[in-house]
Amino acid sequence: MDNQLNKLNPIKIIYISVIVPILAIFTALIISSVVIILSGSNPLIAYSALAEGAFGNLNNWIETILKTTPLIIGGLGVALAFRGGLFNIGVEGQIFVGSIATVIIGTTLKAPAIIHIPLTLLAGVLAGAVWAAIPGYLKARFGAHEVITTIMTNYIATRIITWSIGVNGPLRKTTSFVPETNSLLDTARLPLMISDTRLHIGIVIALILAIVVYILLFRTTLGIEIRTVGLNINAAKYCGIKVNRNIVLIMAISGGLAGLAGAIQVMGLSPYNFTAGFNVGYGFDSLAVAVLGNINPIGVVFSAFLFGAMDAGARLMQLRAKVPVDMITILQGLILMFVAANQIIRGIYRIQIQDKKADKVNLSQGWGGGSK
Amino acid sequence: MKNNNIEPILKIENITKRFPGVLANDRICLDLYPQEIHCLLGENGAGKSTLMNIIYGLYTQDEGIIYVKGIEVEIKNPIDALRLGIGMVHQHFMLIPVMTVTENLMLGQEKTTGLKLGKLSKLDRSTVSAELQELASKYGLSVNPNAYIEDLSVGEEQRVEILKVLYKGAEILILDEPTAVLTPQETDEFFNILKLLVKQGKSIIFITHKLKEVLEIADRITVLRNGKTVGTTTPKETSMHKLAEMMVGREVLLNIEKGQPKPKEKVFEVSDLSVMDNRKINVVNGVSFFIRAGEIYGIAGVQGNGQKELVEALTGLRKAARGNVKLLGNDVTNEDARSLTLTGIAHVPEDRQKHGLVMGFSIDLNLILQTYFQSPFSNLGFINLDSIHENANQLVKKFDIRTPSIFTPVMSLSGGNQQKVIIARELNRPIQLLIVNQPTRGLDVGSIEFIHQQIIVARDKGVAVLLVSAELDEILSLSDRIGVMFNGKIVTEMNTSEADRAKLGFYMAGFSDEKMFHKE
Repeated sequence: MDNQLNKLNPIKIIYISVIVPILAIFTALIISSVVIILSGSNPLIAYSALAEGAFGNLNNWIETILKTTPLIIGGLGVALAFRGGLFNIGVEGQIFVGSIATVIIGTTLKAPAIIHIPLTLLAGVLAGAVWAAIPGYLKARFGAHEVITTIMTNYIATRIITWSIGVNGPLRKTTSFVPETNSLLDTARLPLMISDTRLHIGIVIALILAIVVYILLFRTTLGIEIRTVGLNINAAKYCGIKVNRNIVLIMAISGGLAGLAGAIQVMGLSPYNFTAGFNVGYGFDSLAVAVLGNINPIGVVFSAFLFGAMDAGARLMQLRAKVPVDMITILQGLILMFVAANQIIRGIYRIQIQDKKADKVNLSQGWGGGSK
Repeated sequence: MKNNNIEPILKIENITKRFPGVLANDRICLDLYPQEIHCLLGENGAGKSTLMNIIYGLYTQDEGIIYVKGIEVEIKNPIDALRLGIGMVHQHFMLIPVMTVTENLMLGQEKTTGLKLGKLSKLDRSTVSAELQELASKYGLSVNPNAYIEDLSVGEEQRVEILKVLYKGAEILILDEPTAVLTPQETDEFFNILKLLVKQGKSIIFITHKLKEVLEIADRITVLRNGKTVGTTTPKETSMHKLAEMMVGREVLLNIEKGQPKPKEKVFEVSDLSVMDNRKINVVNGVSFFIRAGEIYGIAGVQGNGQKELVEALTGLRKAARGNVKLLGNDVTNEDARSLTLTGIAHVPEDRQKHGLVMGFSIDLNLILQTYFQSPFSNLGFINLDSIHENANQLVKKFDIRTPSIFTPVMSLSGGNQQKVIIARELNRPIQLLIVNQPTRGLDVGSIEFIHQQIIVARDKGVAVLLVSAELDEILSLSDRIGVMFNGKIVTEMNTSEADRAKLGFYMAGFSDEKMFHKE
């Protein structure tokens, strides 16, 4: 019995975090190929073009990495909030607000790069954090559900920004015919990792953050508090954790990460400004990335990479196989659906792992209190 | 009652049920004769619930045959079970609080009147209400058909549950731990109802782990242990000790061995404390008591008389509206939970899964929930996994927590082991006052014995103990002094030597006049 139970846990961990996503991706590819065939194209050509578009040459790789970077950071923000029991749908708006704060500091402040870059990044972080702390406070103080309030703050963020870069808006680049801001000063731009390419150091920041978030969640007392609040708010109160303060804090950290994702996009990519339609959708993709990554910081890195590669490869797929870019959205949607409803995957592939209930029966049998 | 000429109404032969990696039921046999009360006794995890869920159609057996009235049957779901006349009253009531008794009864088989509009037809409340009253008077289950469930007492809710099953035409009633929520007086009344039900032709399977009740009400008793039938006996042939031994598989100390208390100075003093519940109604009304070092003060009372709110106020989970609380002479009224923990109050909460544990956390983390921020578990905000694991390994050994590993999530543990995790965590730090609320609810005999011993060990070390329990036996066997709580007040206080079940029961039921008590 002892052995059997000890064996169970690693199997379960592998099963949850690796096998199911892989099978979900596989199944989604199969179903998508049916859709591709129905639309009159060849799925093999489409998928090989997709792969080539993502990894075919150095520039493809760079595009994949550039698409991956904001998804990692945004996904970390979502995952951290999830661990704290909060569903931060507001990442999209927090990215916008962070981007705008970045633009303000990055275009106005005069300082050498070594000071200007960190301060500009910080501006993005703080703006996102404050913006996300508002729904956090509303939840802590009045019990307003964060799903509703973050959707609302998304709308508010979008509208304020549309106004600010619109005709006569305060941030509008006066010489431009399209809604956009001035470009950042040279001192506020992220350095490149490989010169004469678009690859900036954002991915390094993202990977470091994944480790930092992992440590924060699993190796600090704050992490214990966040996870306790997330798993059992009553137990958190019982053991004296300041639940309300934690809710605001969790939202602020989550939003700070989102704001940083926005900042890195503005500071790393030409033309180093904020344009209408800028980075739309990264916030919502971050939700998907966090779920696919099993709300684990390391898992988030992999799932962000997968989504980034698909986004990067989509254009070549469209060119070669005449499959519209939207097919990628369908594919991503299917993957996510199968991960979320992993019963379907378990059913299809007959994965026989005991569910929690059976485990409980299992354990209470052999380890029941008094029977010696 | 056992009569070889009569055919059993329900016969279970060699039922086996496997869950992955475990044999929950191993060739269990049981027969129920008409008009019999058959008690099914066993510890948690012995297989009682699995067996009943098979009979009620929630699980299907892997092997074995069920006969109803001599005919082999296949029970695939509860609808099949009801059709065969098998009804089940669950331990946790399945009633909808915002509906009336009649409406709850109609759920699932709504009777309609007037135009046939399918789901849009008008409900025929009056007919059902009349049928309900007829049933109620036949079986002595008085209840107001138009009352809303949320306004009923627990005892009344239970009657509604039984009526629901009877209304659906059940001949065989399975009652899962029905007395867990009742006062001694309510239990007596409930037993009278059972006797009447049997007289009127029903047959009952009564699941419990309370030995006293079994001896009082059963015609026959079947004991399960580790998924197997240990044996079937009758109250005449057996005794509490024999039954306990059959359940646990070894000898059990039913009466706790406890030395004389050696109370010292007053540690804890509550004066004129009033507490409001979530509806802003005063549910604790001017409660005063004190506890000395090295004594156990028991608060007896039917659940819902303010004990929950009192304990919450004493442990920092709820603010008191009036009065004050002193620990070692210092005013600690309305201090928050963290600072009370740090001043030396340990709290074993009423609902272990809701408050006491983070079910998804492993054992090692649950064992530091109150101390994770202190050295050696934490250093400058970072946690020290080595000392957390070492702590867990020590406590698992010391408190006999049965688990394959300290990394097992507590949700996989049995109730008894879950409670041991809490007890270990709370007792393993320097404390002045231990507050335990319903410490053994739903636990098996072995775990109860262990937890009681631990509470006494704490007392003998000089800890002041506040014990709140709805189990009179627990109060009587552990406490040194007893206060009875009724309607938000401590209505009487006595030394345990002066107390007995009947006396406590009367105060618990709201009688305050000793004379009235003596007349009875």
